[in-house]
Amino acid sequence: MTPTPLDALAALVPDGALLAMPPDNSLAPAAFARALVRRRARGLRLVGVPVAGYATDLLIGAGCVASLQTSAVTLGEAGTAPRFAAAVAAGSIELIDATCPAIHTMLQAAEKGVPFMPLRGVIGSDILAHRADWKVIDNPFADGGDPILLLPALAPDIAAFHAVCADAHGNIYVGRRRELATIAHASRRVLVTVERMVEGNLLEDERLAPGVINGVYVEAVALAARGAWPIGLLDEYAMDAAHIAEYARLARTAEGFSTYLAQYVTAPLASAAE
Amino acid sequence: MSIHPHERLIGAIARLILDPLAPPARHIAVGAASPIPAAASWLVRKLGHDVRLSLLHRPTGNPFTEGTRELFDLAGQGRIDLFFLGGGQIDGQANLNLIGTGEWPGRAARFPGSFGSAFMYFMTPRTILFREEHSPRVLVPRVDIVSAPGLSAPGVFRRGTAQALVTGKCIFSFNATAGRFRLASRHPGETQDSIRAATGFAYDGADAPVTADPTEEELALLRGPVCDEMLATYPQFCRQVWHRSDEKAA
Repeated sequence: MTPTPLDALAALVPDGALLAMPPDNSLAPAAFARALVRRRARGLRLVGVPVAGYATDLLIGAGCVASLQTSAVTLGEAGTAPRFAAAVAAGSIELIDATCPAIHTMLQAAEKGVPFMPLRGVIGSDILAHRADWKVIDNPFADGGDPILLLPALAPDIAAFHAVCADAHGNIYVGRRRELATIAHASRRVLVTVERMVEGNLLEDERLAPGVINGVYVEAVALAARGAWPIGLLDEYAMDAAHIAEYARLARTAEGFSTYLAQYVTAPLASAAE
Repeated sequence: MSIHPHERLIGAIARLILDPLAPPARHIAVGAASPIPAAASWLVRKLGHDVRLSLLHRPTGNPFTEGTRELFDLAGQGRIDLFFLGGGQIDGQANLNLIGTGEWPGRAARFPGSFGSAFMYFMTPRTILFREEHSPRVLVPRVDIVSAPGLSAPGVFRRGTAQALVTGKCIFSFNATAGRFRLASRHPGETQDSIRAATGFAYDGADAPVTADPTEEELALLRGPVCDEMLATYPQFCRQVWHRSDEKAA
């Protein structure tokens, strides 16, 4: 697999796509999100697996998002995700609240190719009252009186994440973040940015193979050095907390957010660097 | 060095973890951005108790190789005995609201979201609720939105609920049968009236003893080995409470 330029990878995402991304502590595709802003993506239906962070807030602020299904949106220590909060207050995006294990479970159902999967808990939460697509049934394996939640399979159109490296076969090394495999298995298309390409076949290395996603799932790969920035990436580099704090401060207002976009996302320099 | 209020909260939570009347805590999980519950769990461990700690947001030595999916599967199986939850609003029946105030989905003020609360609250035999802000806007008669209910109807599978609610002013114990909190202890400087005035929900127990200070042994552990374990994950907290910074990172 020959790496695609980053902006060409973003061009593979059609407007309106159901796009799943991992959270800020698990291979979030930050450079890819900036490329989606540059390509002026519109109407994206995001899925935060199981929560969302910087990339989602950036896409919401840039007007790329129609709806968001997630269990939370947070910038971690930097606090509230400001463009998300503004969009909820304005009612400008459709927000579909879930709870973390429900997102995982819906993807696991899609991964197995079954129409639904049960999950304990959740009964009595107002989340359930606002999910017409979630159903409670009586456990058919018990003697009655055991209500349990059924969740529909969720197969995103596209999964996107930023990993450490890829090989020419499209195999992707995600290390201990093996929950990414579930997102990749469940999604119809997988687009990945990586720090670097490596020689050989990652799946032939017995030590690396358990942390590798098989290239059979992967459509395209782009090189993006420090592509998780300002988020950290495994043991490669740490989160840039000062930058996230700067983002959180600027994004509090629409004007500040425009300043941020001009400086870090749409500027010719940023584009060339990515 | 005088006792930092956070050290008192940590000591109080450690005693709740060790409460012999509560279900045993062999495996404690701590979620994101929870330095005080994390420190209390480390204190229990450093006091010599044989507990397994799974600290979700530890950057190195993270216990999981399948992220939060693995955490929730562990909890679903009953392999996690104790978890900590908070809330933008908490009411007198121990309902939690992490979603927002006003109309659904939080049009007045949106909080981050439920995270895993609507699952974890049911799956662990006990939950210690922790919210430092103790005010009528947080401790309300009835939450605007229930992200996770404190009590469930008969027949709904549930291993446990809140053991206690720890705030910056006091500790409430939770009686699941009555569905009510009871004032268990008040922190130094608080009176029965100051707590009553800051609490939006009704609770039992007009007054209660003062929350005990951590012992000398506990303070020494907090300021030494517990802080050592916390530095990488919570550098700001360690600097603020113990005036320590990570020499490696500096």
